[in-house]
Amino acid sequence: MFKTADGESIFVIDAHIHLWDARPENQRNIHGAQFINCFHDYQKALSPEEYIWPADKFQNYGPETLYEDLFVQGYADMAICQPTYLTDFYKDGFNTTEQNAQLKEMYPDRIVLNGAFDPRDGEAGLEYLEALVDTHGIIGVKLYTAEWRGDSKGYKLSDPWAQRYLEKAQALGIKNIHVHKGPTILPLNRDAFDVADIDDAATSFPALNFIVDHVGLPRLDDFCWIAVQEPNVYGGLAVASAFVSARPRYFAEIMAELLFWVGEDRLLFGSDYGIWQPKWIIEKFMAFELPEDLRAETGVDLTPAVKKKILGENAAKLYGIDIEAQSAKLQAN
Amino acid sequence: MKPPVDNSAEKLQEVWARLAVVCDPELDEPVTDMGFIEAVHLDPDDSVRVHFRLPTFWCAPNFAFLMANDMREAVARLPWVAGVSVTLADHCYAEQINRGVGQGHSFSQTFPDESSADLHDLRARFRQKAFQRRQELLLRHLRDSGYTPQALLRLSLAELGEIALDEPGNRHLRARYLEIRKEFAPDGGPDAPAFVTLQGQPIEAPDFADYMTALRRVRVNAEFNANLCRGLLRVRYEAEPPTQGADATDPPRLSPDLSAAHSDHYSSKT
Repeated sequence: MFKTADGESIFVIDAHIHLWDARPENQRNIHGAQFINCFHDYQKALSPEEYIWPADKFQNYGPETLYEDLFVQGYADMAICQPTYLTDFYKDGFNTTEQNAQLKEMYPDRIVLNGAFDPRDGEAGLEYLEALVDTHGIIGVKLYTAEWRGDSKGYKLSDPWAQRYLEKAQALGIKNIHVHKGPTILPLNRDAFDVADIDDAATSFPALNFIVDHVGLPRLDDFCWIAVQEPNVYGGLAVASAFVSARPRYFAEIMAELLFWVGEDRLLFGSDYGIWQPKWIIEKFMAFELPEDLRAETGVDLTPAVKKKILGENAAKLYGIDIEAQSAKLQAN
Repeated sequence: MKPPVDNSAEKLQEVWARLAVVCDPELDEPVTDMGFIEAVHLDPDDSVRVHFRLPTFWCAPNFAFLMANDMREAVARLPWVAGVSVTLADHCYAEQINRGVGQGHSFSQTFPDESSADLHDLRARFRQKAFQRRQELLLRHLRDSGYTPQALLRLSLAELGEIALDEPGNRHLRARYLEIRKEFAPDGGPDAPAFVTLQGQPIEAPDFADYMTALRRVRVNAEFNANLCRGLLRVRYEAEPPTQGADATDPPRLSPDLSAAHSDHYSSKT
């Protein structure tokens, strides 16, 4: 809960967090080492200095640290776990639904557990998805389309098997599809970050919500254009929100574009924890105002009411969270 | 007998100048300006070795290939150069890219199993975005200097060239736009409209505000990405020791024009 200077309480849902195991003993190969090093560089590039961790802590910070950083220090009332399996890079996986389920067990009122699927897993993967819903009652999945799997370097949501998985997800009662693009989809001559397949999927599955992680960056321009046309496309702000401290002008420009094209009802705050911590992002975000020139040029504003939607209300709608009831429950505990 | 003149410093300057015309195709920023060139070596037989690195191990291999190939071609155009090798370091496809570019292979020859074509379409798509961003920056500057939309759309190529731009950075904006405009409207004479669409057609006045709004989206995305890449590159390599060896050089200082353009673009926004 974030309390404003006026004493108003803002319910915060961090819609993008991880609990990963990237210790050297879990790394399968050089790719596992390079993957976590790259994440760590993101932390180092944008965090205030006091929030930069040593490498060993970054590789494995554990559930207690996560709880402290998100829910004690970080103003978050709830957080959504977004799994990333990466079983070609990590022996037991990087951040699987099963690993995250332990977190959910420890802090059941705080954690929303999402699952994941990979259409390259064929029929067996469809059964796994069904088991995830049966076991954990998930209503959201996280897809990392650039995950390496043997010779395959990724997939597109327009692939026939991806369509089958989305049909299955819908039939199982899953509502929210979080999509993260990566750099290496085959064929390599195409733009791997292209978000056009999300457009196809959103049109084919109007009852599903597609939350595009990192607001489509590095293709924010194309993402905005798709979101204008597809009412079931949302933007997750992880990465973009981390610019609020070190690069406020770029953050302002991105927010102005998003509010102009996507609108205040379809943007979700996310820290991408453990890359960044919600504490400093939320403090800076709450203190942040869109510069006058951008307000004049775009006609949008980042008012306290808009911030409240982005920090929690929009995610609460997607995940069926009754903010009042949940606040009362958390306070009672 | 006179001792041979050592002009290796000048030659290295020429190599750096050639590398400065190579842009990251995705960001439309010079690879030298982005800090991608780690070192340039000149061997006694006039062979040149270029070493470069990128902000992450995972940067898109197609753009990495294009940059490596463009660097090789740009340096090879210097008449005295006996040979060029370009080496990409610390990248998930470094081995394949270095081998392919070294052997003069195309992208599809380099990645026979992982590609379905060469990179013409990819490059063309990002060249369009580069056109839009360069045009937006110049239009924005002129609009902020008092030009109305009508006046901007009436402006001919000759008139655009005659506008007195006081800051070097703004002259750089114009030069960059005019350079890329030729690719999209190659037949324009001096009376042709200065500002045209991607199709080389005049921009319609009633749509001007919408047109600018669409361009702004492209510009904001590119600038955000370039900034993120600079930040990642900085933290990735800040702990690295400087390249050793008498024949290695640091990048030369940017020319006054470029330095000014750079600070205009970035300092005011960060």
